[in-house]
Amino acid sequence: MVLESTLRNIRLVGDGTLKIVERIGATVVFLGLTLTQSATSFRRFDLVIREIFYAGVQSLIIILVSGLFVGMVLGLQGHETLQNYGSEQSVGVLVALSLVRELGPVVAALLFASRAGSAITAEIGLMKATEQLSAMEMMAINPMARVVAPRFWGGVISMPLLAMLFSAMGIIGGFLVAVVLIGVDDGAFWSQMQAAVDFRHDIANGIIKSLVFGIAVSAIATFEGYEASPTAEGVSGATTRTVVSSSLAILALDLVLTAFMLKGWS
Amino acid sequence: MPDLGSRHLSVVSVTNLVEITELNFGYGSRLVLKGINLTVRKGSLVAIMGLSGCGKTTLLRLIGGQLQAHEGSVMVAGQYLNNMSQSDLYALRRRLGMMFQFGALFTDLSVYDNVAFQMHEHTSLSESVIRDLTLMKLNAVGLRGVQSLMPSELSGGMARRVALARATALDPELILYDEPFAGLDPISLGVIGQLIRRLNDALGATSILVTHDVQESLKIVDYVYFVSEGVIVAQGTPEQIRASTLPFVHQFIWGEADGPMPFHYPAKTMANDLGLREA
Ligand SMILES: Nc1ncnc2c1ncn2[C@@H]1O[C@H](COP(=O)(O)OP(=O)(O)O)[C@@H](O)[C@H]1O
Ligand SMILES: [Mg+2]
Repeated sequence: MVLESTLRNIRLVGDGTLKIVERIGATVVFLGLTLTQSATSFRRFDLVIREIFYAGVQSLIIILVSGLFVGMVLGLQGHETLQNYGSEQSVGVLVALSLVRELGPVVAALLFASRAGSAITAEIGLMKATEQLSAMEMMAINPMARVVAPRFWGGVISMPLLAMLFSAMGIIGGFLVAVVLIGVDDGAFWSQMQAAVDFRHDIANGIIKSLVFGIAVSAIATFEGYEASPTAEGVSGATTRTVVSSSLAILALDLVLTAFMLKGWS
Repeated sequence: MPDLGSRHLSVVSVTNLVEITELNFGYGSRLVLKGINLTVRKGSLVAIMGLSGCGKTTLLRLIGGQLQAHEGSVMVAGQYLNNMSQSDLYALRRRLGMMFQFGALFTDLSVYDNVAFQMHEHTSLSESVIRDLTLMKLNAVGLRGVQSLMPSELSGGMARRVALARATALDPELILYDEPFAGLDPISLGVIGQLIRRLNDALGATSILVTHDVQESLKIVDYVYFVSEGVIVAQGTPEQIRASTLPFVHQFIWGEADGPMPFHYPAKTMANDLGLREA
């Protein structure tokens, strides 16, 4: 009896793991398919611009406001801790590096997944449920090229821009708290930041991260929408899965990327 | 001999736009369509009737090449759909128009853009020509006035008419209608029925209409196939169908609750289900 239930539990774990791996594999295959169907998106770039508007521009408010708050909190916490070592002028460095290297790309991507990713999944899923994708196929137009690829590229292009805006707003937030509110010397705040932040190591790496997150979120969001079962429950389930899987993917990829970036790629 | 053979083929493809022979199809292992034989003559308007779930939509998807026959063949406009390449299939589909069950209008595009969609995607016509053509198509269904509305702002009947205009946008040779009457009020229903007939004749097209609305379709079609549980059980002209003494057809046409199609889904006896009596 004990043996049997142990075996059953092991089997459940194995089964679950296999399903997850299978899902990741299917998403990557779908991503490959999207890339092969991307010619239309670049020939008719207005299709992508429209999606940049829906995914990117419409996420601006939440990204900007969150960035400001995160930067303000960083300013407060950083000042509090650095004060103990008598180096509160370095708060600008702390705020900028945390944002540009980590918080900007990661938090912006998490927000993007829940704001734009879920919307992309819901939209494609509803198009499937209401037979709009079938209708398009019957008009001899490939929905992968006309619906999926533009949304994918819209997300990929929006993500780094949003992450940069997030970091910029965060730095302003940190400035407001540390300099304007607490009274840290503003010359020191900016000059130390300028001296410490390296373009290649900090800014470029941050952009690479957000680009990778953008690819992951957009691929997951379009895949979940396209594969959603064509019912109301199917679409709502797919939307939830997009947010959960995207968030996990962002955090896992962040760990891997950070490890490589700190240790060098070789 | 070879000469004769090819002549024969071309004659067939001219007179019959759709030819289905000994078709079997199923989802998974469950057969949905069994041994279907069906021909649609060029220029005619044919109805495929049957109860919900009998496989009508599946049959349309097979004709449109969205599904592949397991056995048997489907021929459309002289071309066999089995093992057709995607590019050939897309080339064939440009000559087809399909109207989906609930219209399937693109919800992110206006009525105008929905009807103009295929012209924008498939032709290099100038914007002013597309505009004229689109307005003509909308005018034909009486809805030129709603061109700037979004699909969500239309009533069910109006959405169906816009879908009709969109399905005929590129003057297709074959038009497929999936349940064009479902969920419509009696007036819209008559309007759609007349439009289907009129568009078919005006475009010189051929139409296949899948429906469970007997009275409305018998008024407009040339020929009827009855499908029940995946098999064609009856066929004929509307007059022949009305006069049919087949019990199933009779029950279907006159809407009787019980007949060969039982009211009760097969179940244990009522007493048994209520636990009144064991064994
Ligand atoms: N994608 C699918 N997967 C599995 N079964 C399906 C699918 N689509 C339809 N079916 C089943 O096939 C049968 C015929 O469906 P359908 O062709 O939609 O019927 P109709 O259009 O006549 O109402 C139904 O029993 C339905 O449950
Ligand atoms: Mg149906």
